[in-house]
Amino acid sequence: MATTRTQPLVLVVEDYSDAREMYAAYLQFSGFEVAEATNGLEALEKAQSMAPDIILMDLALPTMDGWEATRRLKADERTAHIPIVALTGHALPGHSEGARQAGCDAFVTKPCLPDVLVAEIKRLLEPKSRGGDDTGRAARTSTKRS
Amino acid sequence: MSGFETDAKVGLLEFLLTSVDIQESARRSIEWLVAHTRTSQAVVLVVETVSNEMLLVAEHGVPGSAILDFTLSRQEASHPLIQSMNGRQPVYFESLPSHYRIPLEGRSFHAIPLRGDEHEGVQGLLLVSGHTPDLDREAVWLARTLGKQVSRLLSRQLLAETRFGQERMLLYSIINAVTDPILLTDTEGKLIIANSHAEKLFAAPEEASEGWRRAVALNNMLFSAALSTSAVGMSELSRRELLLVDPLEGSDLLFELLSSRAKDERQGTYVVSILRNVTDLARAKEEIEESYRTLRVAQAEVRDERHRLDLIIDSVADPILVTDQEGDIVLMNTPAERLFNLPGIEDEVALRRVRGNGANLTSFVSNVLTRSGEQRYRGEIQLADPVNGRPLPVEAVAGTILSEQGELMWVVTILHDQTEAIEKARLYEQLKDASQELERKVQEATGELAQQNELLRRQHIALEQASALKSQFLANMSHEFRTPLNAILGYTHMLLNNVSGAVTDPQRKSLGRIDSNARHLLALINDILDITRIEAGRMPLNITRFGVPELVTEVMAELEPIIRRSTVPVVPRVRGRLPALRSDRQKIKQIVLNLLSNALKFTTAGSVTISAWYDHRSEYIAIAVHDTGVGIAPEDQARVFEDFRQLDSSPARGYGGTGLGLSICRRLANMLGGSIELQSEVGAGSTFTLRLPVKRRRR
Repeated sequence: MATTRTQPLVLVVEDYSDAREMYAAYLQFSGFEVAEATNGLEALEKAQSMAPDIILMDLALPTMDGWEATRRLKADERTAHIPIVALTGHALPGHSEGARQAGCDAFVTKPCLPDVLVAEIKRLLEPKSRGGDDTGRAARTSTKRS
Repeated sequence: MSGFETDAKVGLLEFLLTSVDIQESARRSIEWLVAHTRTSQAVVLVVETVSNEMLLVAEHGVPGSAILDFTLSRQEASHPLIQSMNGRQPVYFESLPSHYRIPLEGRSFHAIPLRGDEHEGVQGLLLVSGHTPDLDREAVWLARTLGKQVSRLLSRQLLAETRFGQERMLLYSIINAVTDPILLTDTEGKLIIANSHAEKLFAAPEEASEGWRRAVALNNMLFSAALSTSAVGMSELSRRELLLVDPLEGSDLLFELLSSRAKDERQGTYVVSILRNVTDLARAKEEIEESYRTLRVAQAEVRDERHRLDLIIDSVADPILVTDQEGDIVLMNTPAERLFNLPGIEDEVALRRVRGNGANLTSFVSNVLTRSGEQRYRGEIQLADPVNGRPLPVEAVAGTILSEQGELMWVVTILHDQTEAIEKARLYEQLKDASQELERKVQEATGELAQQNELLRRQHIALEQASALKSQFLANMSHEFRTPLNAILGYTHMLLNNVSGAVTDPQRKSLGRIDSNARHLLALINDILDITRIEAGRMPLNITRFGVPELVTEVMAELEPIIRRSTVPVVPRVRGRLPALRSDRQKIKQIVLNLLSNALKFTTAGSVTISAWYDHRSEYIAIAVHDTGVGIAPEDQARVFEDFRQLDSSPARGYGGTGLGLSICRRLANMLGGSIELQSEVGAGSTFTLRLPVKRRRR
C-alpha cells in the first residue's frame, strides 16, 4: 500500500531495545520516519503492511532470524524491491557471505556509530545511477583498527 | 798136442758151448788165439744177414784208426776179402793194395773163412796178421771152432735177430715218437743214432738250402762244444742249457740238454743226449717274471694307495672305522684311535672307557648288520673321552661294503661329534625363548603404545574441540561485547552531537573519556577476534598486485595525526626499483601501520625511518621500520611477539596498545609466507623488518 509521506520510512529490526531505540532516535533526529520490529516474523508483517523505503536488519534475532526474514522478503514480489542493510556483530567471513546470499543489499558491522549508519542509508536511498558498487566495503571502512 | 794145449782148447770150447753171443764168443776166441799163437793182430768179421754188411764183432791189437768207419758189404764182390769168402781155404795176402780198406794195420795177413759144416756157406772171416804164408795150426782150429760157433749162433740168432729187429723198430719208433730230440753220440759228439726230431736239427737232407746247412753245421758245433764241456765232469747225468737254431725258421731255440754216458763193451763209451725244448718255458718264465714285476709294481701302487688312503682318512677330523662282519675293527684313523684304541696307556679307567666305547660301537654295528638291504644307517652313540671321561655324544653314519658276490664284507662307520650341535640346539632354544619373551614384551609395549596413542588421539580431539570451543567462545564473546559497546559508543556519539540538547564543556570532556575508553575496548575486542580468526584458519585473504611505495605513503598518511603530534620525524626511504608485490594489501598495511605506530609510541628522540628494498637473490621485498627509541634487551626480544606482551604496560597511549599488535603482525606475516625479524639494542633503538616473497607461495 502506498502512503504519501514526505520522509523516507526506515524499518529498524533489532531485538536489543537499547540499540533499536538508539538507531531510531538518531534516524528521527536525522529526519527519517522510523518503524521498529523485534524479530524476523514481525519484520515480515511490517514490511508488507507499511512498505518501508529501506530495512535495517539485525541478523541475530529470536523467533525468525535475519537471514530467513531477508530471504522471504526478497522472495515476495511485493517486498523484493526494498533495500535491506544487514547489521551484524560477527565480522567472520561466513556471516557477511550468508547475508549477501540471503539477499541483503549492504551490511554493516557492529559497533556502528549512528552517523555512519545514517550515511549508509542515505547512500542506498539515492537514485540508482549514483549507487555504490561495493557497499560492503564502504560499510567496513567505518570500523577503525589500531 | 800137449796136455796144456788140450786143456786150453777144452776151456774155450766149454765157454763157447755156453755162450749165445757171437760178439762174446768171437772176442774170447781171439783172446785164446793171441794167447796161444804169436798173433799180433786179429779181427773177426761176421756177415749181417739182413743187410749183407760185414760186421766187425771182435778185434785185438788193431789201432782204432784202422777199424774206425770200416764198412764192407758182401756185395762188394771185387773186394779181396769178399773174394776170399768164396773159397773154403784160408787166403794169405802178402801185400794187399792200399786202396782196399781192411780193419788191420799192415797189408800182410791171413783171411780165414768162417763156416759151420761143409755144406754151409761162409758166414764170416777171421783176419790174422802174419808175414809168412804159413798159417798156424791153432789158428786153423780156432777158425773151424769159431765158424761152427758162429754158424750155430747165427742160426739161433736169426730168430733173435728178427725179434731184435722188431724190438729195434719198436724202440726206434718209440724214440721217434718222443717229441724231444734224442741223440746217441760218441764222446766227441759224433752222431751215432738220432731220432727224427734230432735229425731236423742236426742233419740236412740233400735238397737243403745253404741257410739250412749252415744252421745244421752250427747246431752240430754248438752241440759238440756243449758235450765236450759237460764231459769234463764225467758225472752220470749232466744237465745244461743249449741254444740252437731252428734250421727251417731261423729262430732261436733254447734246449735243456740232458746227457748221460753209457759204456758198452763192444762200442766203448758213448753219450745219450736228450734235448728238451724249453724255449716256451723260457718265454713262460719271462712272462712269469714280467707278471711278477707287474705284480710288484701293482703291489707298490697298492701300498702307495693304501698310504694315501691312510693319510686321507687320518686327515679327516671325524673318527672313521672299518669293521668286518664279526664287528672287529680292521681299520681306523687317528681320531678313531683316540676313542677306541689307546696304545701305551696303562690307566685302568681310560682302558675301561675305551672298552665301553668299543662295546657301544659294536652294538651299533650289529644293528647295521641286522638291517640288511639298507645302504646307509644313521644312529647316535653315547661315547666317552677316554682321557677325561667327558661324555661324547656322536652321530654315527654307517655304510656297508659288499663283495662282488653281494656278501657283506665291511662296515664303514663315520662318527660326528654332536656336542657342539647339542650345545647349539640348547643355545638356540634359549635364544628362541628370549626371542619369544622379547616378542611378548614388544607386544605389550605395542599394546600400551596403542592405548597411549588412542588416549593421545582422544586428547587431541578433545583439544581440538576445546580449541574450537575457545574460538567459538571468543567469537561469541566479542559479539556479545560489541552489542553493549555499540550502545555505549552510539549514545556517547549522540550526546556529543547534541541529539539530546546541548552539553556543557565539562560534560563534553567526560563524554570524550567514555568514548576513547570504549574505542580502546573495541580495539581489544577486534584484536582478539583477529587472532581467533587466524588460529581458526578463517582469516580471509584478498590477494592483489600492488606497489609497496604507494602502500608506505598511504600508511604514513593514515598515521598523519599521530606523526604530527609526535616529537620525532618519520623518514621514508625506498631504495631502488621495487617489483610489484602480489599479496593481501589490507593485511600488509595493517602490519606496517602497527610497526610504525609502535615505533612512534616508543621513540621520544631521534627519528623513525621506514625503508623498503628488494633482495634479488631471495626475491623478497623487505619493509623495515627503524627507530632510535629505548631499544629491547636481548632476553626480551623473543617475548615481544607473544600475546598480550607489552614491555611498556601503560595503556591507551593514543591509538592501540592492546599488547596483541606484534603477535598479530607475526601471525599475519607468516600467513602470507613472510616473516618479521627484530634487531635491537637497549638505548640504541630497534629495527623491525618485514620480509615478504614477491610471489606468495602456497603454504
